[in-house]
Amino acid sequence: MPDILIELFSEEIPARMQTRAAEDLRGLVTDGLVEAGLTYAHARAYSTPRRLVLAIESLSAESPTQHEERKGPKVGAPQQALDGFLRSTGLTLDQLHTHEDKKGAFYVAHLTKPGRPAADILAEVLDRTIRNFPWPKSMRWGSGALRWVRPLHSIIALMVTEAGAEVVPLDIDGIVAGADTRGHRFMAPDTFAVSSFDDYAAKLKRAFVILDATERAAMIENETRNRAFALGLTLVDDKALLAEVAGLVEWPVVLVGEIGAEFLDLPPEVLQTSMREHQKFFSLKDAEGRIVRFVTVANRETADRGETILKGNQKVLRARLSDAKFFWENDLRVVRTQGLTGMAEGLASVTFHNKLGSQKARIDRIAALAREIAPLVGASPDLAEEAARVAKADLQSAMVGEFPELQGTMGVYYAKAAGLPEAVANACKAHYQPLGPSDDVPSEPVSVAVALADKIDTLTGFWAIDEKPTGSKDPFALRRAALGVIRLVLGNGLRASLNTLFSTANEIAGPRGDSFADINEVRAFFHDRLKVFLRDEGIRHDVIDACLAMPGNDDLTLLVNRARALSDFLKTDDGENLVQGFKRANNILTQAEAKDGVEYSFGADPKFAETDEERALFKALDTAEAQIAPAMAAEDFAAAMSAMAALRAPIDAFFTAVQINTDNQVLRRNRLNLLHRIRATTGGVADLTRLEG
Amino acid sequence: MSVSTEKPRSFQEIILRLQAYWASKGCAILQPYDMEVGAGTFHPATTLRSLGSQPWAAAYVQPSRRPTDGRYGENPNRMQHYYQYQVLIKPSPPNLQELYLGSLDAIGIDTALHDVRFVEDDWESPTLGAWGLGWEVWCDGMEVSQFTYFQQVGGHDCKPVSGELTYGLERLAMYVLGIDHVMDMPFNDPDAPIPLTYGHIFRQTEQEYSRHNFDAATTDMLLRHFEDAEAECERLLAFDPNDPNSGKRIVMAHPAYDQCIKASHLFNLLDARGVISVTERQAYIGRVRALAKKCADAFVQTDAGGWQA
Repeated sequence: MPDILIELFSEEIPARMQTRAAEDLRGLVTDGLVEAGLTYAHARAYSTPRRLVLAIESLSAESPTQHEERKGPKVGAPQQALDGFLRSTGLTLDQLHTHEDKKGAFYVAHLTKPGRPAADILAEVLDRTIRNFPWPKSMRWGSGALRWVRPLHSIIALMVTEAGAEVVPLDIDGIVAGADTRGHRFMAPDTFAVSSFDDYAAKLKRAFVILDATERAAMIENETRNRAFALGLTLVDDKALLAEVAGLVEWPVVLVGEIGAEFLDLPPEVLQTSMREHQKFFSLKDAEGRIVRFVTVANRETADRGETILKGNQKVLRARLSDAKFFWENDLRVVRTQGLTGMAEGLASVTFHNKLGSQKARIDRIAALAREIAPLVGASPDLAEEAARVAKADLQSAMVGEFPELQGTMGVYYAKAAGLPEAVANACKAHYQPLGPSDDVPSEPVSVAVALADKIDTLTGFWAIDEKPTGSKDPFALRRAALGVIRLVLGNGLRASLNTLFSTANEIAGPRGDSFADINEVRAFFHDRLKVFLRDEGIRHDVIDACLAMPGNDDLTLLVNRARALSDFLKTDDGENLVQGFKRANNILTQAEAKDGVEYSFGADPKFAETDEERALFKALDTAEAQIAPAMAAEDFAAAMSAMAALRAPIDAFFTAVQINTDNQVLRRNRLNLLHRIRATTGGVADLTRLEG
Repeated sequence: MSVSTEKPRSFQEIILRLQAYWASKGCAILQPYDMEVGAGTFHPATTLRSLGSQPWAAAYVQPSRRPTDGRYGENPNRMQHYYQYQVLIKPSPPNLQELYLGSLDAIGIDTALHDVRFVEDDWESPTLGAWGLGWEVWCDGMEVSQFTYFQQVGGHDCKPVSGELTYGLERLAMYVLGIDHVMDMPFNDPDAPIPLTYGHIFRQTEQEYSRHNFDAATTDMLLRHFEDAEAECERLLAFDPNDPNSGKRIVMAHPAYDQCIKASHLFNLLDARGVISVTERQAYIGRVRALAKKCADAFVQTDAGGWQA
């Protein structure tokens, strides 16, 4: 069973694409081999900035022989049909067999498809894989037509058996597969031949290339932590940066550099962002959380142990941080002299969306809405409005102009510098939250008010101008905004009517063109988002439907409390059986009502009860109703559900003992009216008719 | 000229070494284009010559103007007028990366001591309707060049593909010479009888042009000139290719492209004057791109553009 080594050697592959590309190479090649009838024991892919590598162990040496009996035309069929069959099978008439069935004799071709050598199959699969590789972006180069992420220079395609290594014959637009590669671009640029994967990996290491990206990342991380520890510092974790840097080097060399003392007063977020975004540096912090050193990862060793490299990097960083310091000091001067509202002034000339006006107009709307929301969340309306008015001021700061990802973060610093209250300052950052499903939900009342106002204004605004999300397209992140509202409301246990919030937002904004957001549509959009959100909690969509059908379905907290209680209830035996009993009662009742053309809601009378089971059900309903009504009034859904659960046994017993549709019309009507009481009593808790199964 | 292995001592020595290096690699050393452009890419030797099937190899310095980058000569490395060094080879040779690294050696960057990296950076020029894939080249964490394989220019697929190298000369030279402020950089040999720094030559012009670009240029006139250039470009391209005077087929791709360059620079000036709103910006860029595209369409109808080749 041969082992396979593939290396695709190119100019530098973008770091962000390497891992995915290696996995694609593995997937496409192994799928192709398996489709062609080969098997293998193990396949692993690797990537470096200049190579994608695939190692396959124990590939079958050839594909199995396949036998097929193909049915042909009847004996005596027209010559044309027979000729066609012979052509398609490649046989002559005397090679055909004849078989008999009920309809008579017919020709059969016994076909044997011989197995093919693995090398042939591999060459085909590789050719196809390379020509159709799913790069996010690919290019041509020189005079060729081949596409790759950057110019492809050489290919290793080796089949290794006990007899030795053999090159798989492959020629892709003049790139002929061989057994040769090169080492590190600068430290070992010469070509060398390899004879197996182990030989390849070992020789690469001697040629200053660490093949495995996870090994490179681990080397960088360990070395960085060690160097930090020796300095009494700790590494600021950044997994994304680590992965990227591991994709920028074949031979990582960790160097620790100094940040000029004049920059150490910059906010740590600024230092970290500037160093990460521009220079791909890691940050080291001291015990107080101040960032005091940087780590750069060079791609080579040098005779001066990296001194020149470090000097250069420090110089570049100084220029970068000089810019950042200039922005920081400039911004501080602006907010100290003109306040954050002064900084925000320019937002009047920044367009938010051409149909929704400027950022200033947007902020005015958010401020007015935040005022309205404030009492609902326990915030001071004045503070909420003030916070809304300055929360986006930092978009006009020089710092956020340079580093958009610092929006909000800078706002907090600048608000504090302007002497604004803590709650207002915090809202500058927190009003953007939650940013994603795992981001924290703000809980400070002022932040919550502004966060809700911001998101609701966005949703109703884009709805009014008919820019709704469709399919996978959601350019204004409205799904995220709706989920944000849902999490803000639920996370803070807020009681508010979405309908009221939406119509308040509509009133504040006035018509866009001549239209408003359709409140029912926006609410339906929220309900869809809510289903997705609750599905992750394990709550079925029909359970949510059963609760959505109830009054107050625009109160998310109420709705979700009900859904959670119902979902828990349905997981109990009593719950499951009660629903079955309910459905039975409801079916009989519905059919009778349809047949008789009346609604049996006249009230059942216990005096017509004939059996103990019937009387017991009357009593059970009395008891349940007496418990459910106050429980519902107190929104204690769990208590209401457990009161419903007590109905299960009496209902089951009732159906066993009593026939509803008796000839005695008085009894029949009374029993139907009794069934109606079941429907009415349970219907006050949730619409059980919506439940499936 | 032989290339010295000593460290260069001045800005001009770095330029001269690049010229000598790329000449030794077979490039035609062209002179700057005699019009105001925002980058070396605008030189017809790049924009137009990257189109069509004819082979090409050229290198040149291109003075470049970016009116919005004016800082009155005070910023250590930002100016409204600066120099780019541009190399364009079509088809891109397989050893272009090695050739490029050789040029770093030629200007005194010893790759055995420095950390040179190719970091993903895809290039796009919305005004030229052009894009390519490549890298920014980092030397010890500093971007010293752009390296691009042109894929499309003026809306045309580049076949064959050109390899383009762009060096930001001031920044590169400051790095090599160890200078912190561009105005302090020696322009000629510091031991020359009359040593001149970059500041001697350009500090005053940076001030003058910063004032002009930000406050003084007449915007009505610039707008009018933009419209004129746009109209003239289209008018020139509308001529019948058959010239009645010479009896030859003459498509006026280059004169039309001059008008496109003009329109682009006028737009940059209007932008610096702050009279173009965010929404208008896109519209202006679209108008320049439309001109560039028409010029590209015209160029591929010429001999140099591979017409009937």
